[in-house]
Amino acid sequence: MAVGLQHYLFVSLILFALGLYCVLTRRNAIGILMGVELILNSANVNYLAFSRYGSGTYDGQVFAIFVIMLAAAEAAIGLAIVLGIYQTFQTIDVEAAETMRG
Amino acid sequence: MEHPISVDYLRWIVLLPLIGAVINALAGVLIQRSFGKRAISVIACTPVILAFVLAVRVLLQLLSLPPEQRFLLDHWFTWIDVGDLRADIAFLADPLSSVMILVVTGVGGLIHIYSTGYMHDEKSYWRFFAWLNLFTFAMLTLVLGDNILLMFVGWEGVGLCSYALIGFWYGELANASAGSKAFIVNRVGDFGFTLGAFLLFWTLSAEGHGSVVFRELAQHAHLLEGKTFFGVGVATVVTLLFFVGATGKSAQIPLYVWLPDAMAGPTPVSALIHAATMVTAGVYMIGRLNFLFSMAPATLHVVAWIGALTAFFAATIGLAQNDIKRVLAYSTVSQLGYMFIGMGVGAYAAGIFHLVTHAFFKACLFLGSGSVIHAMGGEQDMRKMGGLKKWMPWTYRTFLISTLAIAGIPPLSGFISKDEILWKAFSSEHGSPLLWLVGFAGAGMTAFYMFRQVFMTFYGECRADHHTQEHLHESPATMTYPLIVLATLAFVGGVLGWPHSLGGSNGFEEWLAPVFSHGAHAAHEAAEVEPIEYALMLASVGIGVAGILLARAMYLTKTLSPATFSEMGEGAPYRLIYNKYYIDEIYGAVFVNGTLLLTQLCAAFDRIVIDGIVNGSAALTRGVSWLNGLFDNYVIDGIVNRVADVTMGVGNRFRQLQTGSINGYLYVIVVGVVVVMVARLM
Repeated sequence: MAVGLQHYLFVSLILFALGLYCVLTRRNAIGILMGVELILNSANVNYLAFSRYGSGTYDGQVFAIFVIMLAAAEAAIGLAIVLGIYQTFQTIDVEAAETMRG
Repeated sequence: MEHPISVDYLRWIVLLPLIGAVINALAGVLIQRSFGKRAISVIACTPVILAFVLAVRVLLQLLSLPPEQRFLLDHWFTWIDVGDLRADIAFLADPLSSVMILVVTGVGGLIHIYSTGYMHDEKSYWRFFAWLNLFTFAMLTLVLGDNILLMFVGWEGVGLCSYALIGFWYGELANASAGSKAFIVNRVGDFGFTLGAFLLFWTLSAEGHGSVVFRELAQHAHLLEGKTFFGVGVATVVTLLFFVGATGKSAQIPLYVWLPDAMAGPTPVSALIHAATMVTAGVYMIGRLNFLFSMAPATLHVVAWIGALTAFFAATIGLAQNDIKRVLAYSTVSQLGYMFIGMGVGAYAAGIFHLVTHAFFKACLFLGSGSVIHAMGGEQDMRKMGGLKKWMPWTYRTFLISTLAIAGIPPLSGFISKDEILWKAFSSEHGSPLLWLVGFAGAGMTAFYMFRQVFMTFYGECRADHHTQEHLHESPATMTYPLIVLATLAFVGGVLGWPHSLGGSNGFEEWLAPVFSHGAHAAHEAAEVEPIEYALMLASVGIGVAGILLARAMYLTKTLSPATFSEMGEGAPYRLIYNKYYIDEIYGAVFVNGTLLLTQLCAAFDRIVIDGIVNGSAALTRGVSWLNGLFDNYVIDGIVNRVADVTMGVGNRFRQLQTGSINGYLYVIVVGVVVVMVARLM
C-alpha cells in the first residue's frame, strides 16, 4: 500500500487528540506541557505532510522549523511558570493552584 | 398774565438763613466755646438781617414795575422733571410773597435779636439759633416757592423746626410731648394738603395741563370747572383738602390743640413761630391758591365759618386762663380765625393785612410776656404778678400799645385790619350778618381778656413774693428795642391799609390786587363807601371799649368781682372754659386711645392669625418632610439596596465560573474553539 497524504493526516490527528487529552486531563503541570508539545508536533506533521504531498514547495517545512523554535521558547516559558507554581504551592499538581477560585 | 422778570438774587433770601443754620449746627459747639455766644448771635442774626435787606430790594424792584408786571422769578435749577410733573427749585416774588418775606425777615430778625438777650443764660445757645435759622429758611422757602411741592418742603420744614423748638428743653418730658403733639397734629393736616395736591395735579393732568407751578395753575384752573370727584366738584374737594392742611398748620378747629401746648417752648419761639410766621402759612396758602378757592364757594363758606367759630371758641377759653402765655396762645388761635374769616369771604387782601398787623402786635405781646417772665424769674402765672409797670416801663408801654391794637381801638393797625375783615364778613356776597355777629362777639371778648391780662400783670399791687420782687428789672436793650420797633409798627401799621371809608386809598389791597384778581369775584366794591360801614365800625369800637371797661371794673378797680361770672350756673360754664372744653381729654380718649386699641387689635391679629399661619406652615413642612423621610428610607433606599443585592446575586453566580481549576479552564478553551470552528463552518 502506498503511503499517502491521508495516512500522515491520520497520524497527525491521533497525535493531536492524544495531546488534547493530555492537556485536559493530566494533573501534573509538566504533563500538560507535554500535551501542548504533542499538539504542536501534530501540527508540524500536518505541515510536513502538506508540504510533501500538497503544494510540493518547501514552505511547509520551513514553517515547521518555525514551529519547533516556537515550541522550544514556549516550553522554556512554561517551565518557568511551573517553577513559579512549585515555589508558591510546593507541588506541581494543578489542582492545588485553585486560589483564584471566586 | 405777563411773563415774570428773571432775577437771580431771590435764592439768597432763602439760602442765607440756611447757611447760618448749618454753620451753627455743625460748628456751634466749638464756636460757642472758643468765641462765645456773641459769635453765635452774629452768625445767626446777620443772615436774617441781610435777607431783610434783600426783601426790601424785592419790594423796591416790584414798585418800579407797572402793577401787571410785578412778578420776579428766580429759577435756580430743575428738581423734578417726570412726565407731566415739573417742579423746579424756583422762587417767585410777587406782591403777596413780598409782603410775606418782609414780615418773616423783618419780624423774624427782630425776634432773633431779642433772643440774643432772652436766651443769654442758655447752655445750648448755638442749638437754639441753629434751629431758629433753619426755621427761617423753611418759612422763606414756603412763601417764595413757585410750586406746590417746594412750598410743601417749606411747609414740612417749619413743622419740623416747630417740633424741635417747642421741645427745645427736651429734658422735661412735658416739653418733648408738646413738641410731638404739635408735629403729629400738623401731620394730620399735611395729609389733607398732600391729597389736595394729588387730586389737583391728577385732574389737570387728565385735561392735558398737569402742573404744580402756581403761575401755570392760575392759568389752567378754569379747566376744573364742571369736573366732579365722586359727585362733588373737584375744585371744592381740592380746596377743602388744602384747607384741612391749613387748619393743622394755622391751628383752627379741629386741629388747634397743639398751639396752647406749644407754649412749652421758649418765648421767642412762641413769638416767631406761633404768632407771626408758621401759623400764618395756612392763610398764605389760601392767598396763594385764591383762584382755586374762588371757584369753590362751598369751601369758602366752610373756611369762613370755621374761622368764625374758632375765633369765638378760642376767645371764650382765653377768658379764664391764668398763664400769661396761654392767654396769648388762645388769642392767636382766635385772631387766626379772623384771618380765615377774611379769606373765607373772598377778602383775601384783608386777611393778609390782618396777618401782617397781627404779626406786629402779637410778636410784641409775646416778646413782652417773655420780658415779664424773664424779670419774674420764670414765673408765668398772672395771679402772682401785678404792678409791674413800675419796674418795667418799656415793656409795659409796648405791651399796652399792642393790646390796644389787638382790642381793635382806632387808629391802631389792629383796628384797621380787624374792622376790614368784619366789614367784608358783613357785606361780601360770601359773607352774612350772622358771620359778622360771631366775629363781633369775639372782638368784644378779645378786648376783655387782653385787658384783663394787662391789668392783672402791670397794674395794682404786686402779688409776687418778696424774693422775686427784689429781682424785678427792666429787660436789657437787646430785648426792649425790638419791643419798641414792633409796638411802633403795631401803632402806625394801619396806614398801609387805610380804608376808603376813612379817607384812605387802601394801598395794601391795591398792592395785592394783581395776585388776587385772577378770576376772583372777590371784593370789588372798591371806592364806594356805604354808610352801614360806619355803623359797624362804631359798633366794633363800642364793644371793644365795653370789654376794656368790664376788665377794668373786674381787675383794676375791683368794683365787680370775677366770682360773679365764674360762679354763674354753679360754676359749670367757668369750669368748662377753664378746662378748654375738655377737648384734649376727648381727643385723647377717642383718637389716642382709639389708635392704641387698634394697635392692640393688630398685635393680636399678628400673634394669632399671622403667627398661626407661619407656625402652621412650619408644622406642615415638618409633616411633609417626615413623609419625605419615609419615602427616602423605604423607597429610595429600598431601590438602592435591591440594586446592590441584585448585583451581589449576579456576581455570586458569575463568581462560580471562576473555579480556579486550571484543568477546567483548559477544557472550556477547547470547547470554545470547537464552537467557533463549528460556527464558521455554518
